[in-house]
Amino acid sequence: MNGVLDWFGDSANWHGPDGVPVLLGQHLLLTFASVLIALVVGLPLALWLGHRHRGGLLVINLTNIGRAVPIIALLSLFSLTVLGTGTLGPFGRAGLATLVTLALFALPPIVTGAYTAVVGVDGDVVEAARGMGMGEVAVLRRVELPLAAPLIISGIRLAVVQVWATATIAALVSGPGLGNIITYGYANNQTAIVVSGSLIVAVSALVLEVTFLVLAKVVDPGRRSGA
Amino acid sequence: MVPQFAPPLDVTFGDNCLTRNEWICGKYYETRSEELQTALVQHVETVLASVLLGLVIAIPLALLARRYRTLEGIVVGATTAIYTIPSLALFSLLVPYTGFGLRTVVIGLGLYSLTILVRAILDGLAAVPADVRESARGMGYGPARMLWRVEVPLALPAFMSGLRVATVSAVALTTVGSILDYGGLGDLIIEDSTFKAQVLAGSVLCVALAVALDVVLVVLQRLLTPWARAGRRTKAVVG
Repeated sequence: MNGVLDWFGDSANWHGPDGVPVLLGQHLLLTFASVLIALVVGLPLALWLGHRHRGGLLVINLTNIGRAVPIIALLSLFSLTVLGTGTLGPFGRAGLATLVTLALFALPPIVTGAYTAVVGVDGDVVEAARGMGMGEVAVLRRVELPLAAPLIISGIRLAVVQVWATATIAALVSGPGLGNIITYGYANNQTAIVVSGSLIVAVSALVLEVTFLVLAKVVDPGRRSGA
Repeated sequence: MVPQFAPPLDVTFGDNCLTRNEWICGKYYETRSEELQTALVQHVETVLASVLLGLVIAIPLALLARRYRTLEGIVVGATTAIYTIPSLALFSLLVPYTGFGLRTVVIGLGLYSLTILVRAILDGLAAVPADVRESARGMGYGPARMLWRVEVPLALPAFMSGLRVATVSAVALTTVGSILDYGGLGDLIIEDSTFKAQVLAGSVLCVALAVALDVVLVVLQRLLTPWARAGRRTKAVVG
């Protein structure tokens, strides 16, 4: 494992366009951009469905489909369509396909989290709010949303962590980010590089997860999220 | 570009759906059915082996965690930490020890299913109502008989839904094994990412496999818990 230590010690791996900081930046940008897209598309829909207590089956199926479809398959399929033509700024070759694929993988946790959160709000509280003359939008915004917030946030956390992991796999097909260190290592038969890249990917994923857990405790110390 | 004169299969000559690179191509299925079958068999074997491995480790681990409460936090924490590691990295970290191929993929996937299965078993056992346990104890059930005759049947629905999640996830994650040249249908997708008919066939078969295995497990669950159909009114409270 000396090769791994050498790799980490080699300053060439920490500078330049293929250096770890640049790849890490790409990975962060890709992850947060796709989660943002999924939020814009999925959150309003999930909140409204939850408010109306409808579409539970749709939400469950979304999760099941998301679990069954391999990222490699979806990304490869999209890359062969219009989405895969050309590069998209920092998202690289087939950037749009990568972004859309990852956004789709961010949807299930976000939608499920928000839907179950709003559905789970105590019916008596909602009834009382309606009795006080609140309109539907006001009930959602001023009663259901604040009560559902912790679960909604934990769904978003799950989405970020999942997309972070999925974005690594995206490097198998196309796309920027930390996964490229690993695929580069395989392509050149350099186990040391493969292991080094994997360590960076694994540690960064754990750091991301722990950061979120700490953040959740700081923001909402009274409650301990179960998810 | 230098024109390639490597002798290809005769099907690549002339105008057909393979040379036109069409999404749906009968000629592809005609000429590559053997390749498809090999990939599918490899995929199924990998999934079954990894879920089985996960089960063999998860069951004693969950029972230990339940018996010794201090262990529970450690077991759940450790398996969750493994789950956080992206599959590409996990497989790759195993390579220096287990090499390329079947072993690495099965161990990697087994570790992932471990997380889901341990939780499912613990959740299932925790959902057994205390008064049911109390009655069984009152009837003279010892710990082993209690586990087999009372707790396991009642924990079965939660356990089976965990097993379904683990299996379906394993089908999708097996494709990542293509980095080790052992990804079943994933190998077909990665082999040539411009070959439309093959990418589509690999993807569709992969999803179909996930659905098929899920259906098998649903049927199995129904057979194992015949009382559930009769007692749909007593819905379990989801915590």
